[in-house]
Amino acid sequence: MSADTNDGLSRRGFLAISAATLGGVMLAPGIRLIEIAAGRAPDQPVSKRVRWGLLIDTNKCAPGCDDCVKACATENGLTSTGHPRTDAQWIRKVELKDMRTGRASSVPVMCQHCEHPPCVEVCPTGASFKRADGIVLVDRHICIGCRYCMMACPYKARSIVFEAITGQNPDVPRGNGCAEACTLCVHRVDRDEQPACVEACTKAGHNAMVFGDLNDPQSEIAQRVAKYASTQIRADFRLNPGVRYQGL
Amino acid sequence: MNDDGFKACTGRIARAICLLALILPVLAFGSERVPKPVIEIAKPGKCVEDTATMRREHPDMLKHQRDLTMHEGIRTRTHSLKVCVACHASPKTGSVLGQNGFCQSCHEYASVRIDCFNCHASKPRLASGGTP
Repeated sequence: MSADTNDGLSRRGFLAISAATLGGVMLAPGIRLIEIAAGRAPDQPVSKRVRWGLLIDTNKCAPGCDDCVKACATENGLTSTGHPRTDAQWIRKVELKDMRTGRASSVPVMCQHCEHPPCVEVCPTGASFKRADGIVLVDRHICIGCRYCMMACPYKARSIVFEAITGQNPDVPRGNGCAEACTLCVHRVDRDEQPACVEACTKAGHNAMVFGDLNDPQSEIAQRVAKYASTQIRADFRLNPGVRYQGL
Repeated sequence: MNDDGFKACTGRIARAICLLALILPVLAFGSERVPKPVIEIAKPGKCVEDTATMRREHPDMLKHQRDLTMHEGIRTRTHSLKVCVACHASPKTGSVLGQNGFCQSCHEYASVRIDCFNCHASKPRLASGGTP
């Protein structure tokens, strides 16, 4: 009898859960109460189903504009130490000119978040690592500041911090003696926001940067790279960077 | 005879040392000669664990959380250093460091070097969004 009751309860429980799940996921075709693809609960680990990427349209990127660089510095607390040659640099504007045609373009260059990152390969301590969702980071708890990664990176993306830092952004810990680079604003990405550079570019109306999941066919970035030609810098290294450039 | 005298003498000294060892801490603490950590808790309420657990295990909690956050992107708030700082920062200085800072005063007393704040912010983010 009691077994029957239990059975009945569990069956009812199962039905209730199924109904709740169905209702939560889909109210009507195309209308979802809970967005499944986007958004990850804070206690869920990152998934390798996601591959974060950045698409930069060089035709829309104006020479001399450094809105993205400024936004990066503000967001990540990159203040000048008065020694510009050795200051940490997470994103920089590079001016290119084709000498034959005279065509000039200006592109922001940051950590390219490679699928096969050389900085990770050379790191002697395992501090330089690639997160499951494709973001390449430095674990400063393990970094010994040897700077092998700086030498290995073909994009000159890594910097080392030479001086003690105070007044960090609570979301972006940084300190003396550690290598660092663009994190794709991982702290913002983890709360479903865009990286600071992309947000600044869009806010200023340039719309030269698109951030999103390259693995999600519904995302704007995936649709753009599927439709238009885009290139990776030094694609001949076959590192498969997550940052792509359009019109380069 | 000489030997006996010597034994009695050492015995007396040993007893005196024992007594001294027993009463010294009492004397020291009784007279407030040893500086004790200043534990100022500005925000009343419960911490994430009870005090004894927090005192003993906070380094392990932080270390465990740091690896989860760094490598797996798990950003739960319970054992996050950022949330510790947000709650425990002194209302006067706005920091967990400094003379009477929650972290520093205790770590100085225990003589344990605290490296966290070489990189991590020792002050919470202001409501305005900027850092103090």
